[in-house]
Amino acid sequence: MIPRTEDGAARSMLETMMLVRAFEEQNVALAASGKMGGTCTSVGQEAAAVGVVKALRSDDLILTNHRSVGHLLARGAEPRRVLAEIMGRSTGYCKGKSGSLHISVKELGVILTSTIVGGELSLATGVALSLSMKKTDAVVACFFGDGAACEGVFHESLNLAAVWNLPLLYVCENNQWQAFVHRKETMLSDRIAPRASAYGMEGVTVDGNDVEAVHAAALAALAKIRATGKPMLLETYTYRTRGHYEPDDQSYVDRDELAQWRARDPIELMRERLLAERRIVPDQLEHIRERVTDAMAEALAFASNSPFPVASELTTDVYA
Amino acid sequence: MPEITVDEAIGLALAEEMRRDANVIMFGEGVATKRRDLVQEFGALRVRNTPLAEGIIAGTAAGAAAMGLRPVVDLLFTPFLCFAMEEIVNSAGKLRYISGGQFSFPMVVMAMTGSGWGVGAQHNHNLEAWFAHAPGLKVVMPATAEDARGLLKAAVRDDNPVMFFSDMTLGFQKGEVPLEERIVPLGQACVRRAGRDVTIVSYSKSLHTCLAAAEKLEGMNVSAEVIDLRTIKPLDESTVLASVRKTGRLMIVHEASGLFGVGAEVAALAAEKAFGALKAPVVRLTGPDAPAPASPALEQAYMPQAEGILAAARKLVGASR
Repeated sequence: MIPRTEDGAARSMLETMMLVRAFEEQNVALAASGKMGGTCTSVGQEAAAVGVVKALRSDDLILTNHRSVGHLLARGAEPRRVLAEIMGRSTGYCKGKSGSLHISVKELGVILTSTIVGGELSLATGVALSLSMKKTDAVVACFFGDGAACEGVFHESLNLAAVWNLPLLYVCENNQWQAFVHRKETMLSDRIAPRASAYGMEGVTVDGNDVEAVHAAALAALAKIRATGKPMLLETYTYRTRGHYEPDDQSYVDRDELAQWRARDPIELMRERLLAERRIVPDQLEHIRERVTDAMAEALAFASNSPFPVASELTTDVYA
Repeated sequence: MPEITVDEAIGLALAEEMRRDANVIMFGEGVATKRRDLVQEFGALRVRNTPLAEGIIAGTAAGAAAMGLRPVVDLLFTPFLCFAMEEIVNSAGKLRYISGGQFSFPMVVMAMTGSGWGVGAQHNHNLEAWFAHAPGLKVVMPATAEDARGLLKAAVRDDNPVMFFSDMTLGFQKGEVPLEERIVPLGQACVRRAGRDVTIVSYSKSLHTCLAAAEKLEGMNVSAEVIDLRTIKPLDESTVLASVRKTGRLMIVHEASGLFGVGAEVAALAAEKAFGALKAPVVRLTGPDAPAPASPALEQAYMPQAEGILAAARKLVGASR
C-alpha cells in the first residue's frame, strides 16, 4: 500500500520539491553563464530530502552534506539568503563565508552542512548527545550519502550512537553516485540499511523518489526514536540525475540507467499522482508554479544586489 | 602550598571545572575507568568511556560544543590525533568561521606526548606545531603542576577549541599548587628566571632542562633569562620581544623536531620585530627530523640536554658582535 499524506501537506511537499528543483536549475544556469561558481546539485533527490525534513519537528536538528539545498529549503530557509550565500554575499546565512558547500542556519536548527564526506556523521553524535543530556525527545536527523557510508567514520558514528542510545535518525540518501564513481564500483552490496543491524540498530530502505513513502517512513522512524531513545537508519533509495558538480557533462554515466531514473522523476511522480487522485487541481498547480517562479526571481534580485563582504571580514569569526 | 604531581593537578582542574559548570563533560578512551573520582562525583552521564575511535570522539566533542556543552576529551597519545585531524582541524577549527560566527566550539582535546618512557614514535610525537598552524585552534603545553591546573581551567572556560598537550614524564613531577583557585590565562608566557645576556625560550619538559642549564651558566658568568611559553598559540609575542630586546641574544629549545616548528616561528618573530636588537644569529636546539626513538639511549640523544644548551649559550654569547 502506498502511504498517503493529508492533501494539504501533500501539495505543500510538491511545492517544496518544485521550489528546490527550480532553485537548483537556476544555480545550474547561473554557473553555466559564469555568473557564479558551480554547485553540487540535489536534482533527482528532492523527494528524499523533502519527505524527511517535512516529518521533523521544529525542535529537531539537522546535519547534512554538500547536496543540502533540499534540506535547507524544506526546513524553511529563505531562497534569497541561500542564494546570497552561494554567491558569496554578506547577506548570506554565513555572511558569505561558507559558499554553497557548508551552509548552516542556527535559527532553523541546521547545525552543519559538511562538504567533507562523513563530517556530518562525526558531529551528529555530539549534537544528539546534547539533546539526550537535556532530556528532551527532540531528534537529530543526519543526512549523508552512500559515499559517506564507505568512510570509516560511518562505522564509528553508528556504533557510538547505538552504544550511547543517542536520539539520531541516520538518513542515507543512496543516490548511486560517489562523486564521479558509481556505487557499484565501491560496494558489493546494493543497500546501506542492512549495515545498521551490525550495530544493533534498526535499518529500513524506502523508495527515495516517492515523497509520500519517504515522509511516512520518516514519521514512523522518528516516532520510534522518540519512544525508545535509540537511533535508527533510514535509507532513501534514489538517484542523482545531474553530475557531481556543475558543469559536468556526465559522460561517465550509463545512458540507460539515467533514462530509467529520469522516468521516475520524484516531482513528476507526485504531480501525476495528485492530479490523478484529484488531490490537486490544475489551477492550484499553476499557482504553485507562479509562486516558485516569483521566489526565484526575487531571490536572484536580492542576492545579485547584495554586497560582498568587506575585506576586513577575512579574519573575523576565526576565534570566539 | 601543597605539592602534587602534574597528573594530579590535571585531575584537580577537571573536578573543579565540572563542579563549577554543569555543561562541562568528559569522555574518551578509558576516561571513566581511570577517573573514578569524577564518575563518582558527577555521574556516568558526564564522565564516559568511549570506543577506541579518536575520530568520533573528537567529532562528538565538536558537535556537543556547537550545542553549548563544554566537552573535554582524552585521546591518550598525541600520534593518535592523526585519526582525529578531520574533526579537530576541519570541523572544530574551521566551522566557527565558515558559519559566519553562528557557532562556537568550546572544547578541550587532551593528549600526552614526550620522550622518557621509551614508548617510541607511535605514542610519542610532539605535534604542537601542526595544530598551531591550523586556524581556529589554541595550543597549550604546561611545564609545571600549577600551570597544568591553571591552564587547563582556562582552556575549559575558553570558547575556542584548545589542544592541551602534557608531557608523559612530566606527569609524575611534583610541584607546588596553591590551595585557592588560580587560572593561568591562555596566551601569557612566564619569565621563569630573569637574566641579562641571553634569552632562552622553551616550554613543557624542555623548560626544566633550560632552567638547569641557566643555573650552571650563572656560575660561568653568563646570565640567562628563561621564558616558558606555556601557550604555544596564541603566542605571547610581547614577553619574548621584551626579553630579546634586553639580552640581544635568542635561543629556542624544544623537544619537537626543529624544521618548520615553534622555534622557527619564534626566530621569525625576533627577526621581524627585534632585528635591530639582535647581537648574534638566533640558535635553535630541538629534536631531529626523525621519529621519536624507543631505546633509552636514543631518547636521551633525541631530547635537548643541559650540556648542549650550556655550550650553545656560551658560544652565542662569545660570538656576539
